[in-house]
Amino acid sequence: MKIHSPNAQAPKMLTGIQGFDEITDGGLPRGRTTLVMGGPGCGKTVFALQSLVNGAQAGAEAGIFVAFEESTRQIIANAATFGWDLPALARKKLFFLDARLSPEVVKAGEFDLAGMLAVLKKKADDLHARRIVFDGIDVLLSLLDDPIAERREIYRIRNWLSETGLTGIITQKAGADADHRYGFLQFMVDCVVILKHQVVDGSVFRNLRVMKYRGSGFSGDEFPIILAGDGLRLTNRGPTELRYPVSNQRVSSGLDRLDNMLQGGYFRGTNVLISGAPGSAKSTLAGLFAAAACARGERTLYVSFDEGAAQIVRNLRSVGIPFARHLKSGTLRMYSTRTRGPNIEDQFAALRAKVTEHAPTCLVIDPLSALSLKHAHIASADAAQQFLDFLKGRGITVVNTSLMEGHSTDEQTATGISTIADTWIHLSYIEHDGERNRALTIVKSRGSGHSNQVRELTLSDHGVSLTDVFIAQGKVLMGVARWEWEQEELAATRRTQVAMVLKRLNLQVAQAEAEARLQVVRTEMEARSAEIAVLVDAIGSASSLVRTDRAVLRKMRHGDAETARVAKPAVPKRIGKRTGGKAGH
Amino acid sequence: MAKPPAVALRLRLRLYVAGTAPNSVRAIANARAICGEHYPSAYELEIVDLLDQPLRALEDGIIVTPTLLRLFPLPVQRLVGNLSDRSQVLQVLAAE
Repeated sequence: MKIHSPNAQAPKMLTGIQGFDEITDGGLPRGRTTLVMGGPGCGKTVFALQSLVNGAQAGAEAGIFVAFEESTRQIIANAATFGWDLPALARKKLFFLDARLSPEVVKAGEFDLAGMLAVLKKKADDLHARRIVFDGIDVLLSLLDDPIAERREIYRIRNWLSETGLTGIITQKAGADADHRYGFLQFMVDCVVILKHQVVDGSVFRNLRVMKYRGSGFSGDEFPIILAGDGLRLTNRGPTELRYPVSNQRVSSGLDRLDNMLQGGYFRGTNVLISGAPGSAKSTLAGLFAAAACARGERTLYVSFDEGAAQIVRNLRSVGIPFARHLKSGTLRMYSTRTRGPNIEDQFAALRAKVTEHAPTCLVIDPLSALSLKHAHIASADAAQQFLDFLKGRGITVVNTSLMEGHSTDEQTATGISTIADTWIHLSYIEHDGERNRALTIVKSRGSGHSNQVRELTLSDHGVSLTDVFIAQGKVLMGVARWEWEQEELAATRRTQVAMVLKRLNLQVAQAEAEARLQVVRTEMEARSAEIAVLVDAIGSASSLVRTDRAVLRKMRHGDAETARVAKPAVPKRIGKRTGGKAGH
Repeated sequence: MAKPPAVALRLRLRLYVAGTAPNSVRAIANARAICGEHYPSAYELEIVDLLDQPLRALEDGIIVTPTLLRLFPLPVQRLVGNLSDRSQVLQVLAAE
């Protein structure tokens, strides 16, 4: 016995609905029945009809549409809005059966669908149909007004389908009552697709979920869908595996000092998030990036929400960012739209179209929060993420601004957007001394080092610049406070200088005093010397006087021995001997 | 229809059925019984089996079986079901 490989799973039928064939790995189960459930306006009929039309067009598979709820004319008119030319297809490939039972029809006992199925069998054979849709089965079932009969007829359809080998799509309204009443349908069919729509803050979000798929793997998540342009489409999350072209090339942020802080600028093909409070110059920073890209000759798309292009151009010109000439040359394209209006999925579909059309390498979304954070809804964050993935897949460098109140750079406040931002720059206001100043911080920068210092962002007629902030006594100083601090520092220096001069002068005074004192001492010494000299003189005179007196005395006494000495005082020899070595003259 | 022409035709009916489906079989029996009882010899009943002639359903816009059409007298009246609700049937057949 041969073991089936996973590839040999149940055959499938491509629906041609973008995204759906991917999540079901090939479409609906071929030759089996799929139930499409959903509330009114979810796109059940579109889903079914689109599968049929795509089959008839691309796969050249004929199909039958059995309409229990709407008239054939209504369906054709609806299809025309998606650009499907049903009358043309109906001639060869499609058959529409208007299976509405007139409300006036009188019921007299039980009835069944055996006759209708006989008709459909004939038609299917004639057309070689492969697909069939029973649209709004609940409308018919409700007329049976008998749970047992309802179940019987459903089984009749199922048996008929398996006999004919047609791939069936049955649509049914969902709701508490219907779920209870036709719950068995879900067990009976091989595949169940649930369509939902909800309104959040006035915006419609539609999504699709495959609830059941016998014999096949499938993704059971809810996928956002859009009903626009050419029909229903899943805005898939893209391939689960993230595979992007990775570049080491840097793209200038448009601000030299910011490039330096980021060690060369943003990485090409990454997402940059600039968050900040209202008026914190997010758009200016995004504008710098766009203008720099244009100046390098790169095609750039500037998407703005709730602010007109002309106004943005004017605002940016006021800070010296030129947009007009880039717009004129066609390098720059601007796309402004309202947040409100078409639903979020449609918004992103329109954006995709713009991107495909202009083929930019740099893109600004200002602000991304208009689309995601405001609604605080998972679908919008999903849609935003998918759009960013789409851009990343194309290697487009994207700068998103995001409105964020306060100083918080908590990851959660950004509703997941921050997690897909490769570089996150946060602009905040720092209030000090009755003044608000813009501070720029790089929260993160994947794959690159970055400055962790806060810079002050200043705007003027001459442009935008980043300035170092002063940190004084543990506080970051900006604006006037920084200026004051600078002045304060200057004054302090001056005070120090003056003090030095004073000190020097004082020292000089002291020195001078010392010198003066020295002079006094010297003079005193001279005086003393003089005194000493005088004294010595005086002593000398006194001794000669004594000798003279003695000589006089001896002479007077007639001393003979002494006479000769006195008479001959110039004979020192004798005198010397006699005076015992005493110094004499 | 092999009736003597003396009796004027008061009712012309067409009954769409699907082979031997229980409701269809019952409807045929009920139609014959009601007509025979209330419009003896004055009615015409055509039975269309969609298993044999499926495309005829499209001409008359038949969705479910059994469906009974009162073609005469005008206006055309339409009745669905196996005709077991006799009073309902009579009401429609006699409708102005």
